[in-house]
Amino acid sequence: MPAVGRYFCRQKLKFTLIFLGLVLIYWTASRITEFNLIDGFRAAPRVITWFFTNLIPDTKAWERFPRILDKLIETIFMSVMATVTAAVVSFVFAVMGSRTTRINTAIGGISRVVASINRNIPIAVWAMVFLLAFGQSGFTGFLALFFYTFGFLTRAFIETIDEASSSSVEALRAVGASYPHIITQAVVPSSLPQMISWILYMIETNIRSATLVGLLTGSGIGFMFSIYYKSLQYKSAALVILSLVAVVLTIELISNVLRRLIL
Amino acid sequence: MIVPILTNISVPKAWASADYFNQEVIEMAQLEVKNLTKYYKDVLALTEVNFTVGKGEFVSIIGPSGSGKTTLIRCINRLVDATDGSIHYEGTDLLTLKGSPLRHARAKIGMIFQHYNLVTRLTVIENVLHGRLGYKSNIAGVLGIYSEHEKEKAIEVLSLVGLEKYVYRRCDQLSGGQMQRVGIARALVQDPAIILCDEPISSLDPSSAKIIMDYLRKIQNELGITIIVNLHQVDVAKKYAERILGFNSGRLVFDASPSDLTTDTIHHIYGAEAGELIIN
Ligand SMILES: Nc1ncnc2c1ncn2[C@@H]1O[C@H](COP(=O)(O)OP(=O)(O)OP(=O)(O)O)[C@@H](O)[C@H]1O
Ligand SMILES: [Mg+2]
Repeated sequence: MPAVGRYFCRQKLKFTLIFLGLVLIYWTASRITEFNLIDGFRAAPRVITWFFTNLIPDTKAWERFPRILDKLIETIFMSVMATVTAAVVSFVFAVMGSRTTRINTAIGGISRVVASINRNIPIAVWAMVFLLAFGQSGFTGFLALFFYTFGFLTRAFIETIDEASSSSVEALRAVGASYPHIITQAVVPSSLPQMISWILYMIETNIRSATLVGLLTGSGIGFMFSIYYKSLQYKSAALVILSLVAVVLTIELISNVLRRLIL
Repeated sequence: MIVPILTNISVPKAWASADYFNQEVIEMAQLEVKNLTKYYKDVLALTEVNFTVGKGEFVSIIGPSGSGKTTLIRCINRLVDATDGSIHYEGTDLLTLKGSPLRHARAKIGMIFQHYNLVTRLTVIENVLHGRLGYKSNIAGVLGIYSEHEKEKAIEVLSLVGLEKYVYRRCDQLSGGQMQRVGIARALVQDPAIILCDEPISSLDPSSAKIIMDYLRKIQNELGITIIVNLHQVDVAKKYAERILGFNSGRLVFDASPSDLTTDTIHHIYGAEAGELIIN
């Protein structure tokens, strides 16, 4: 067989093996968890009818709306605060970690590793860690959001800096600009819009995550949901869900408008 | 030019001595590259390169891809750190400089890039003023504070390259040829004694390329600024340069005027096959 033929043969074999491997993993996993895709689909109509009969908020639920709104606003603020604080720290780490702007390779490597560790720990795990350290409080939730966001944004910012500003950084270095000049005159103007776009994305994500984190850390809208849920007040819990959906959609809408303005 | 001045004014005897004139001749070499060698890890990019460039010369560097042209240009303004050798620029060895002396040396050396390297989200004038950063304190530069004189100078160089109508335009709304002219203006506002160009016309169509090369010639003729330009187009190099440096695999293999560039020497620089293709 000619070399080219052998090459494609090997490629095909590789993909077949990978596919078979995935099928095997799915099969094993569904045996272990006793999950069946067919059953799942079959349950769908029942789920939908249950949804519409049990999750329409009643008048009692609407009476609680101001309190829900309060918690909702608290959650939004916490997400925004955590994201913005993380963004500032991330910017510093990104400047240190970017190939284009790092001071030296050692510091660059350290800041990449720190960011990567933070990013790779799931937000729920962060929440548990701080739960042990600080107990149930809003601050615990804030920290969990902060650390995960910091890891994520640092990586996004590093890529933004390398992509958007490496050529102009080089030009400014060539004219004799100092390091602070280069950061403020080349890196910031060329990367800021993209960075803001990442921050907006992270605010959206964090409002969603804050709900889950709140379940664990006993704060915000997530906690409110768990109280209603555990006391079997499904209709009030449903109102929490509906208002969350409304908030998430609104925030996405706002950030899309902002994105269009800055980019 | 010096002689009439010397006869008109009374000068100390020592100045008029032969020694003085010898020194003057040595100082005519604005840029002196000696035994320049560069390794990227174990890749040898430049080997023992020696040449000098006089003030106001128009020098073109040619050679096949990977022959070390970019590396040479970048060693001069220290975007790349040479492994060995020296580069004297107006008397000081650039390769030993650090910190603010390095910044000041760079401020006097302009550079023009193949991909213009502008901050495209900023306006033309903002990009041109970046050329002044080499002279600025940290605070003034960070805050973007420029003197009236600097702003006037920026407008002046912009009209020199025919961009007076585009002063407040954002750079991402310009054509390639216009962006390269912004690049030239940014270099000019530095008030440089020398401008290094790394393939300034490789991303441009022939007519924009001609405009750029004509501006470079104008700058050399009218402002007396030394021009060193990497080119891939031998015909362009022949047309504009007063002197051609040919590189092959990191070695300087040709250093003479364009008229000495024959089919044979082109073979020598580019290797046997390339000759016919380039000369036509
Ligand atoms: N950053 C780098 N790291 C490692 N090797 C490099 C680096 N930059 C250049 N080289 C190598 O050094 C040699 C000279 O490269 P250089 O870019 O100076 O060539 P050039 O003459 O400018 O080529 P071209 O005409 O394609 O621009 C090449 O072999 C190249 O692969
Ligand atoms: Mg090159």
